[in-house]
Amino acid sequence: MMRPVIRSAALRQSLAALAADEAAHLPLTALDTVWIQLTGTLCNIACRHCFITCGPKEDRVRMMTRAEVQNSLDECRALGVKEIYFTGGEPMLHPEFFAVIEDSLAVAPTSFLSNGILIDPAAADRLRALFDAARYSLDCRISLDGMTAEENDPVRGRGTFQDIVRGIGLLARAGLAPVVTVVEHALGMAATAKRSAFLAFLQGLGLDRPRVKFLPLLRIGREVRRTHGYGDDDFVRAGSLDRVAAEALQCGSCRLVTADGVWTCPLLLDEPEARLGATLREALAPIRLRWAACHTCVAEGLQCRT
Amino acid sequence: MPDLICVFGGVYSNHLALAATVEAAWRRGARRFYCLGDLGGFGPNPDKVLPLLREHEVTVLQGNYDHSVGHGLADCGCGYTDPRDNHYAQLSYDYTLARTGDEFRAYQRALPEVIVEEWAGKRVRMAHGSPRRVNEFLWESAAPDAFLARLMDAERADVLLVTHTGIPWQRTLPDGRLVVNVGAIGRPANDGTTDVWYALITVGEETAQRVSAELCRLPYDHPRLAAEMRAEGLPPEFVATIETGFWTTCLEILPPKERMRGRY
Repeated sequence: MMRPVIRSAALRQSLAALAADEAAHLPLTALDTVWIQLTGTLCNIACRHCFITCGPKEDRVRMMTRAEVQNSLDECRALGVKEIYFTGGEPMLHPEFFAVIEDSLAVAPTSFLSNGILIDPAAADRLRALFDAARYSLDCRISLDGMTAEENDPVRGRGTFQDIVRGIGLLARAGLAPVVTVVEHALGMAATAKRSAFLAFLQGLGLDRPRVKFLPLLRIGREVRRTHGYGDDDFVRAGSLDRVAAEALQCGSCRLVTADGVWTCPLLLDEPEARLGATLREALAPIRLRWAACHTCVAEGLQCRT
Repeated sequence: MPDLICVFGGVYSNHLALAATVEAAWRRGARRFYCLGDLGGFGPNPDKVLPLLREHEVTVLQGNYDHSVGHGLADCGCGYTDPRDNHYAQLSYDYTLARTGDEFRAYQRALPEVIVEEWAGKRVRMAHGSPRRVNEFLWESAAPDAFLARLMDAERADVLLVTHTGIPWQRTLPDGRLVVNVGAIGRPANDGTTDVWYALITVGEETAQRVSAELCRLPYDHPRLAAEMRAEGLPPEFVATIETGFWTTCLEILPPKERMRGRY
């Protein structure tokens, strides 16, 4: 299936003009973090800021089977990976979601990124049981983009605030402490006062150990239509990256596994040229920071990991 | 006759716990002492630690705190990401830096970053955080076997001893290699008790090639430390940790399993 063209023509042209040598290089220092695109681009909602344009009808990147995930987990163990994250789409749409999480917890500490809408009392109890049984930590990360429906729903969809908050409450009742991630879709959302207010809000939902992570906007995918894409100058030139900035970049220690092969990082799923190989072992080579989204990681220190 | 070696970390200016550790380990038969770094921070009157380290001939490794204080850097380099955590870390660091004398700073500056020993034919690698990074946290629930094996392969280590997180644990890997996080003697382990922890390493018990570890719980005069912290004007949140055994700050770095064991 064709991948959508998501950048502006001007930006595409400027990137094409950017000779391969001009973009900064980054070696893989160590493979510590592996992301697994469990449900591909399939999601139960279609957020207007989704950087990889996921949704209920978005099947351009297909769901992985449990066996395919297990093959990657075997590679993770062989390569001494430190942590594993499941993402999508909505990972909880996977028919064997709990079994996959259990498989992963046998290998390394595991997180999954969800909108929380599919969490019902039985799911919360199963997650708690997995949390208790595993040697390694299980972390639930729930996306919520505001403290009110008025703030969240225009971005994540009508009625989602109520559903997400219910899911968080169920996790709290099960005795889990999810990390709630908030995309800074409006100016000032990650300010210190807002952060404190958000923590207090989460406490009000029953989380006695509230945890919050703010994420910068990525101006790719559906976000391009909501606001705008990157500017022509938003790329990372060779020589513009000092050692400290380079070491802080997540792509120096992570890779993304999908049903179609291994990519540099979770942001670049829609860039066919960011595919590095069929397996993790094939994907250990240095990469080039030649994508517009790389600008956000460099300029704002974005870390997808918790 | 097995050899007993006392290994501890995270002193955090807790001179009372340091004296108690040495005394308790000596009574158990330990005659050699190693400290894996982070001498200052959190507690009161950092300079009280230096004479004890010298008196008991403790071999000390440089932690991130010691590197920062030694070089008079702007922050502790603890590796926190949350703004509230960094706020408290900075309060603690500014106090410690201002109260650490030139002699102790020079001492900390000169500490080695790596210690490697051979005990019972085993290569024992000591590190503050991890062998590859001084401020990498090795938590029990976030350090998979295969990852630890990778770190140890790179060092050709049979035994790995670390601290930095403040919560003790030990694990024998499937291939028989031993990893010990010795915890911290400077503050309790977020377990609701006021005790602190150190490790006793036994070398040569049962077979000449055996190295094993015991994690030892240590009560000490924590009311006296709390009083000293109050007198020094340190944050009430820090004093609460000493008095309750629960961490009140720098919680964002905790993996979920370790976080759920605490109160906050």
